[in-house]
Amino acid sequence: MTELLQQLINGLSLGAIYALIALGYTMVYGVLRFINFAHSDVFMVGAYIGFYLGPRLGAGTVWGGIATLAAAMAGSAVLGVVIEKLAYKPLRNRSNLTVLITAIGVSLFLQNAGQKILGANPRAFQFPVPGGGQQRLFPETQLHFRSLTISSNQVIVLAVSAVLLVALWWIVHRTRIGTAMRAMSFNATAASLVGINNDAVISFTFALGSALAGAGGVLYAMNYPSIDPLMGTLPGLKAFVAAVLGGIGNLPGAALGGMLIGLVETFVSGTRMSTYRDAIAFAILILILLFRPAGLLGKLRVEKV
Amino acid sequence: MFVPNRYFPPPISQLLGFSASPRLCGLSLRGFFGRSFFLGAVLALGVSWAGAAAEPIRIGEFSSLTGREAGLGQYTHMGVQMAVEEINAAGGVDGRPLLVLAEDTQSKAGEAATVVRKLITRDHVVAIVGEGASGRCLEGAPIAQRAGIPVVSPAATNPKVTEIGDCIFRVCFTDPFQGTVMAKFAHETLKVRRVGVLSDVASSYSLGLAGFFRQRCIVDGVELVGEQKFSGGDKDYRAQLTALKAARPDALFVPAYYGDAGLILLQARQLGLTVPVLGGDGFEAPELVQIAGAAADGAFFPVHFSTSDTSPRSRSFIARYTQRWNKAPTGVSALGYDALNLIADAIRRGKSAEPKAIRTALAGTTGFEGITGRIAMDSERNARKPASIVRVEGGQFRFLQSVAP
Repeated sequence: MTELLQQLINGLSLGAIYALIALGYTMVYGVLRFINFAHSDVFMVGAYIGFYLGPRLGAGTVWGGIATLAAAMAGSAVLGVVIEKLAYKPLRNRSNLTVLITAIGVSLFLQNAGQKILGANPRAFQFPVPGGGQQRLFPETQLHFRSLTISSNQVIVLAVSAVLLVALWWIVHRTRIGTAMRAMSFNATAASLVGINNDAVISFTFALGSALAGAGGVLYAMNYPSIDPLMGTLPGLKAFVAAVLGGIGNLPGAALGGMLIGLVETFVSGTRMSTYRDAIAFAILILILLFRPAGLLGKLRVEKV
Repeated sequence: MFVPNRYFPPPISQLLGFSASPRLCGLSLRGFFGRSFFLGAVLALGVSWAGAAAEPIRIGEFSSLTGREAGLGQYTHMGVQMAVEEINAAGGVDGRPLLVLAEDTQSKAGEAATVVRKLITRDHVVAIVGEGASGRCLEGAPIAQRAGIPVVSPAATNPKVTEIGDCIFRVCFTDPFQGTVMAKFAHETLKVRRVGVLSDVASSYSLGLAGFFRQRCIVDGVELVGEQKFSGGDKDYRAQLTALKAARPDALFVPAYYGDAGLILLQARQLGLTVPVLGGDGFEAPELVQIAGAAADGAFFPVHFSTSDTSPRSRSFIARYTQRWNKAPTGVSALGYDALNLIADAIRRGKSAEPKAIRTALAGTTGFEGITGRIAMDSERNARKPASIVRVEGGQFRFLQSVAP
């Protein structure tokens, strides 16, 4: 029982990060109908922004940690918008395939430029204490409930993710720009006909999605404190799967998909089947897509010719 | 990214030809040795002038200079590069300077074969120093074997590496040896009765080592209470560690490279799993302590070369290395240094820089005095050498005992 609960907590804290990244994939897909494969590398850049700005913003304290998180989100948002303006906007009227390949190109560019500029060796995501020694982004303690051990980091990951998910829901459903996003995802041409500035909405979507990826990057690095320029690949892949699983283009679907992938992975890893962790997670994806081709919460769109 | 990495085009540095020009100056470097490359080039340039246009002997190197195990490859490379500089500064081998062409396997599967083929067919190297990681050595070495080019691996410990053929040698101990040593150490010194094993399914090194450890545990009557797997680079090992913790072991054996191992140590302590953790030689890198912090304390693992070694030869090596690179050497630096010097020695002894003669001379190595100990090749082309067990204390690797084969 203890083991089950412990695994549940492990799975939720991993799933929360997948959910944050998956939201970025799904938002861009909702608005532009293509998969932004560079998203996983924005996640990586977010972690590095946290790594470099952390010491200046007072990492090691609660407020310093929050400031670092906010800085990483802001930096990633800017990067997301820059990528969109430089790489995707010139291709706005080309086929989706062209943009998709460009996205892979941007991803490779970020990975290799990262290796060149930031160094290829993994770095420890922690910060020097003025008096000597190392500290984590947030002050860390272990919480014990009977025989259950929860790291305060896991609690922070869950709390920050919950706050960000609520904030995202509020932006999408309660603000004008959110309404515009939804209108555009429904029908971009019609949205522009009623006076919505498509370019502004697209930039905003990229900023929002990339900010979530940046937060995900810092939280991931905090929980697994070894960062390298290729660190985005695997979580990015998992988050992409999560977005498809939940129904790509559907926000609650991405969050649900992320949590599911995190939980399935953790529970499979904890058994004798740990070798087949990814195989089982992906087999579940295939099964769900067989029976619900649009994903768990997605709706099938009929392509009109 | 959804496309498996191996289908990706080469890194941009390769596409843009960053590595083209350094070739001329004695050392080809790809990757992240900006400053050191400059220094090396200046040194090597001086030597090639002094050597009055003697045709250089071309030696290849393939190692993980970037990617997840970059620490392994970079430390090896620093050892190799230092050896070349010293040999060339002393007039080269029989009047000919050495030219090392370094290739990067990017710490990923599928690259090693390509770069080895390139070293042989395009660069025409006569011998190769290659890849400390067993899995990637197993990929690249068969190509050299087919071409008849001798390979000396600095740190590939998997027994299958030298079984590839008569051209493949190593200067380190093997996994059957270190697996047995660690199992005996757990049983006899730590008095372990119940042990859990956490190994990496994506690594020949890890799986092999786990197997030899397990065999010895069965012999000693140590009970294997849990066995879990991960895939290199996973980052989240909490699920496996939670399951292992529930099995209540007295110790954990984690054959993994330092990057994974650091996170495993950290997460084990976070989950309240405080039993001693034993590892393999892959633990040895400063990054282990940087990642795990205080959680690394109390980990045990075998090393090829201990910096607390007090013989004059080691002392001098450590001093020269620290002066050259501004940091202390690790075991793989010393092994890289030994591997290159062994090849140079074989060329001198065989009085020829032809691959065939080098191979024969390497096989006949009986008493080569290396930094990591006296190297003699047995009939399986393995060096028989002792291992030193170290314990992490306050972020330092403290020497405990030396175990002879």
